[in-house]
Amino acid sequence: MKPRQSSFWKVFSIPLAIGLVGATGLFCALLDDGAWDALSWIGLGIPVWLSVRGLLKR
Amino acid sequence: MKSKTIRRWSFIHTWTSLICTAFLLMLALTGLPLIFHHEIDHLLGDAPQVKQLPAGTPTLDLQQLVLAAQAHRPGEVMQYFGWDDDEPNAVLTIMAPTADTEPNSSHTFMLDARTGEAIDVPSANGGIMMVMLRLHVDMFAGLPGKLLLAFMGILFVLAIISGTVLYLPFMRRHDFATVRTDKSRRLRWLDLHNLIGVVTLTWALVVGVTGVISASADLIIAAWRAETLSAMIEPYRDAPPLTHLAPASDLLHIAAKAAPDMQPDFIAFPGTRFSSEHHYSVFMKGNTHLTSHLLTPVLIDASNLEVTAVAGRPWYMDAMGMSQPLHFGDYGGMPMKVLWAALDLLTIVVLGSGLYLWWVRRRAAKESAR
Repeated sequence: MKPRQSSFWKVFSIPLAIGLVGATGLFCALLDDGAWDALSWIGLGIPVWLSVRGLLKR
Repeated sequence: MKSKTIRRWSFIHTWTSLICTAFLLMLALTGLPLIFHHEIDHLLGDAPQVKQLPAGTPTLDLQQLVLAAQAHRPGEVMQYFGWDDDEPNAVLTIMAPTADTEPNSSHTFMLDARTGEAIDVPSANGGIMMVMLRLHVDMFAGLPGKLLLAFMGILFVLAIISGTVLYLPFMRRHDFATVRTDKSRRLRWLDLHNLIGVVTLTWALVVGVTGVISASADLIIAAWRAETLSAMIEPYRDAPPLTHLAPASDLLHIAAKAAPDMQPDFIAFPGTRFSSEHHYSVFMKGNTHLTSHLLTPVLIDASNLEVTAVAGRPWYMDAMGMSQPLHFGDYGGMPMKVLWAALDLLTIVVLGSGLYLWWVRRRAAKESAR
């Protein structure tokens, strides 16, 4: 059996990256308008896009 | 992960979710229109209409606005004046039979800052959006309702954490974003529950935690009154009740001098829960995007207009201030509101699929027991 460490990163690396981008976006929009807002749209848009893609999969 | 450990986490995930699901569904459904309350107010014709006057029309001073408010609602007292960056020509005004009247029994309207004319704010005093708000905030049950919802929010956060732990054993043999559409309806929804749950995790945690903080606002304000406010007004503890209220005219200048580089957010009149019996409290906000959510009160003696204290900001008041934008999603323009609504709907999908998965498993367990 493989060490547990590797399966943790295999499973969680992508969700963790998505979570970090989302958190950065949520925080950035608090700093200012304009480009900072756009960052938050990307950060929140990725989860929405991935979810809708999953729901539409046939 | 051992199967015993998985069973334990599964038990936590099942029960924390089941208990809070009905409440979370209600919160998600009522929260959806609240994201767009500004736009809905406009559509319903419930948004306040401030007249167009020539630019540079002088504004009245605050005492003139107090008199205008009292003329508009005789027999009531001032509770709050508030300022909104989007409506520079009007002052939000809250009055009630007594200064310590609880917020839901107060009356909210606007005063034209140039003419003193009263402007209705129908959505602040009733109507369908108010019903949504009350359901969302306390289910019309006051403090017990808020605390129950805060508890449900804590269960929701626990459900998210336990769900994330369970994500590992479920996904070990699958690639990220796997959705098995060719096996059974249960497996499809299991995969969707895992996928949507994990990608919306950050947002759900932030909205969940800030919701719990907001639901505890009454306790936070009570703590602020007991800790910070009472220390500042210690010299006034045995002072006789106010008989004469100094005019409010210069409050903003006095506060600006005491707290330079800040903007007024609202004034709490004597006797309200954001002030003392003997003070006007001018709450000043920072003048950057980030610090505009953090409020510093300037306490001004209501009999002689001397500054008693500029209060420090305890961390829990800052936490409450920052919770508002992070819960409402109103700080990143219309695209953010739309994404907020989409994430809200996706949360409903996660809650619904979780309920479905529980139901299917339960039925299967019953059948195999037979």
